[in-house]
Amino acid sequence: MKTDLTHIWKYRKYLFYAAKFELKSEVSNAYLDWFWWILEPLFNMLIYYLIFGLVFRTPEKYFMVFIYSSLTMWNFFSRTVMVSVQLIRFSKPIITKVYIPKSVLLLEKMLVNAFKMAISSVIVVIMMILYKVPVDYHLLSLPYVLIIFFIFTFGCGCILMHLGAYISDLSYIISLVLNMLIYFTGIFYSIGERFPAPWGKIFELCNPLAFMIAQMRNCLLHKHSIISPAMLCWTIISFILALIGSRIVSKYENSYAKVI
Amino acid sequence: MYKTAIEVRNLCIDYKIFKNVSIVKNLFHNKIEQQDYFHAIKNISFDVYKGEILGVIGKNGSGKSTLLNAIVGIFKPDDGTIDLKGNSISLMSIGVGFNEQLTGRENIILSGMLLGFSEKEILSKIDDIIDFAEVGEHIDMPVGTYSSGMYSKLAFSITANLETDILLIDEVLSVGDEKFRKKSLSKMKNLISDKNRTVIIVSHDLGTLQEICNRILWIHDGELQQLGTTEHVLDEYRKFML
Repeated sequence: MKTDLTHIWKYRKYLFYAAKFELKSEVSNAYLDWFWWILEPLFNMLIYYLIFGLVFRTPEKYFMVFIYSSLTMWNFFSRTVMVSVQLIRFSKPIITKVYIPKSVLLLEKMLVNAFKMAISSVIVVIMMILYKVPVDYHLLSLPYVLIIFFIFTFGCGCILMHLGAYISDLSYIISLVLNMLIYFTGIFYSIGERFPAPWGKIFELCNPLAFMIAQMRNCLLHKHSIISPAMLCWTIISFILALIGSRIVSKYENSYAKVI
Repeated sequence: MYKTAIEVRNLCIDYKIFKNVSIVKNLFHNKIEQQDYFHAIKNISFDVYKGEILGVIGKNGSGKSTLLNAIVGIFKPDDGTIDLKGNSISLMSIGVGFNEQLTGRENIILSGMLLGFSEKEILSKIDDIIDFAEVGEHIDMPVGTYSSGMYSKLAFSITANLETDILLIDEVLSVGDEKFRKKSLSKMKNLISDKNRTVIIVSHDLGTLQEICNRILWIHDGELQQLGTTEHVLDEYRKFML
């Protein structure tokens, strides 16, 4: 674990530049340039307002903030996971020519996605101000939830990156799984409350994404404490997952170049 | 005694002839396709001394590029060790790992960092690199739009100007048009003649190897056939090949 962290520290400048250049190149081809980073979430919000606010008339309190904040977290996870499955194959030009720790490749993508999540978060904040959502000191536990979420995503990303190097159609399977998972993660409605009891509560505890997104809402909207045995459990599991993931990737990383 | 720059001991590298596992295909077949091993490097040991120029020869497919890739850290040895004694190392081959969507300038910065140089060093040398590469305004356009000549010139320019302690050269003594080739050959000779720099060259150009190498390593089918003075090994090699 220590060597993994020192590796990452050594490559910190590379991570910064690589993420910056990737964001720049994404935007340099689009006509409206960086404005799309704001426009895209804004348009999404409009659609959700129409569908969930007017058509379905969802009863969740402050439903716009509810949906949008959940979606922000979900997008970070799903984008990272989708990109990590193909990451080794995609990075073939680099890894067959020069040594780079593969976890650095994953972290770079996570940085790019984290930046997009940050922009989305600004919109969440604006919405909270507009809807006059009351907040209190429970908001301070939000960084903790996000950090654990980040670590959990890193763990999943590492494992999928490793498997994706060897299994060629894994990306299709992951895409299917994510498409199903989005409905069991309580983004557009609260699973704890809407699913028939006791399944609702069980889902919310066992699905790590549903759990963490629900905790985020607890801090942000419901003024509810996040301290619980389940939170401790998922914290430990996330750390273990990240440890195992980065261990696997370090062990096999020099074999990837031979396989692709 | 001379200081060693690289120590290779009992190196073995295998390629798994990996038929990409497809979950869908395996659901319909009864057994998972077997993996075969191809032994690219079989138990090679040798030392490279600091400041020496080592030539590597052998027929095609004998493991020369695999050896260089292993020394630079791209392949993990399946057995044995490679000790670089803390020296920085770079591999000069066709293409130095460019990201096609990024511009030439951005790739210089990223490649430089991957080769182990600090941000400060790269930014101080970036103008020299751009001048040497002679790609003009294209330096700020995506590398994917470059012609193959421009691509190779930029790659060469980066590895030639960011000077590492150990330099590995894989069959790419000169690329580009006549003018660039002359320039790069003299730059190469400059780099190589630096007494502190250790160089390993893989080439089929026996004339050039004879001119610049101290010793020659002859690899045949993944095994160390001979390692000795340039004259001696090249003689044996010529006799063998004819």
